[in-house]
Amino acid sequence: MTTKELAGASVEVDGEGYLVDHKVWNPEIAAAIAKEEGIDPLTDRHLEVIKFMRKEFDEKGSAPSIRRLNKLNIVPTKELYALFPGGPAKKAAKIGGLGKPQGCI
Amino acid sequence: MKKLLILGAGTAGTMMLNKLESTLDQTEWNITIVDQYETHYYQPGFLFIPFGIYNKRDVIKPKRDFFPPGAEVIFSKIDLIEAERNQVKLEGGKVLPYDILIIATGSKINPAETEGLKEAGWHKNIFDFYTVEGATALQQFLKYWEGGKLVLNIVEMPIKCPVAPLEFVFLADWWFTEQGIRDKVDIEFVTPLPGAFTKPKASRVFGDFLNKKNISLTPDFNTARVDWEHKQLVSWEESTIDYDLLISIPTNMGDELIERSGLGDELNFIPTDKATLQSEAHENIFVLGDATNLPSSKAGSVAHFQADILLDNLLSFIDGRPLRGKFDGHANCYIESGFGKGILIDFNYDTEPLPGKFPLPGIGPFSLLEETRMNHYGKMMFRWMYWNLLLKGAELPIESHMLMAGKRT
Repeated sequence: MTTKELAGASVEVDGEGYLVDHKVWNPEIAAAIAKEEGIDPLTDRHLEVIKFMRKEFDEKGSAPSIRRLNKLNIVPTKELYALFPGGPAKKAAKIGGLGKPQGCI
Repeated sequence: MKKLLILGAGTAGTMMLNKLESTLDQTEWNITIVDQYETHYYQPGFLFIPFGIYNKRDVIKPKRDFFPPGAEVIFSKIDLIEAERNQVKLEGGKVLPYDILIIATGSKINPAETEGLKEAGWHKNIFDFYTVEGATALQQFLKYWEGGKLVLNIVEMPIKCPVAPLEFVFLADWWFTEQGIRDKVDIEFVTPLPGAFTKPKASRVFGDFLNKKNISLTPDFNTARVDWEHKQLVSWEESTIDYDLLISIPTNMGDELIERSGLGDELNFIPTDKATLQSEAHENIFVLGDATNLPSSKAGSVAHFQADILLDNLLSFIDGRPLRGKFDGHANCYIESGFGKGILIDFNYDTEPLPGKFPLPGIGPFSLLEETRMNHYGKMMFRWMYWNLLLKGAELPIESHMLMAGKRT
């Protein structure tokens, strides 16, 4: 765990740069992480997806899968890959201040 | 009489039935199992069918052979689980009330989820080996194939038996060598995972094996569709991979019954407590084997370890006590690696596969995360254990919880 300056705030991140506490998140921090991930600017559409993921995370304790986002008509899979190129599940979770999605074993 | 109902008489349901019949008081409990099919498939054997090592007759037996005498068995399709009313409706309208329900309806491949997969190329130059039909069609195809580019593709995770795709390409490398056409076949392993397997150490070891066997690895490929006309896999980001022969591991999903009954997630897997195996939504519903949404492997060995835990928890539940049995995600997999050798892995939720000896620390006879002839014998012996011990709910000489003894960290 290390402390990092993001959008003028000092926040705790894990070894891979995911926020340790998702409650410190705000859209400015999101934009700063997005920039590091090569997504600039972070648009309203990005934020719409991220905010839904955060809402589900609060309610259920885990972020929704790509398939769930598609099934609930939040964002079609094709568009999600265009918004977050190179691994939308991980990137959206990271920008959204959520932990790394748990894979299966 | 109280009623305990089991849905699904596959590996998990059959094991549980056998354990419960010999444990519960028969004057107090009536146990019923329901399944739509009368044939039991030894699914780990499907892997060997394409290469002619097993045939269809080696992997099927009547389900009835594995039920305890006097068990109440209903062969019927299930229409609906009405959890709020504690009852299950069968096709035709018959209603089965229950006090406790165990759902063991498994998972299956769903190729129709991927555009272009189950179309003109299906079972022509695109095959699955997760069904007996796919595996036997592939055996017929391989007999006469003269070579080209073989692509194995995992469409998305999670899948049943996550090591089976690796075993397939290892065996393919061996089989084409035996046929004298290995130099005419390119093998490519295409996966949505960041490496050859899910966990770092094992991923590295398997990655080295792929390399050594001249099998190319393409990680992080998220399949969007199959363009069967141009014989290409296409990702969501529009990158393409050409194939002559596509071995597909399609999306795995739970039964449609779960969706109809409103009990599942987006893949029809049932949200289940990862330690107690109690369903998250209903305290008198328990879930066993591939039907759960647990982050453990979907495999027979896992269902076996879960069954011991579940039995403890059911007995506590019946007595109105807290559920003390805690499943740790234990899985134990023999991986066929070709040329008469095998690799063994043993792991759980928290501990990734590690090297060492198994099951006796320091002795073996099996070696963890290493390729040996003895591991291959373990794999081949497992079919006998499966039919004669495992399904009948007998104790096996392996602990339900994973042990660190014998493992090197």
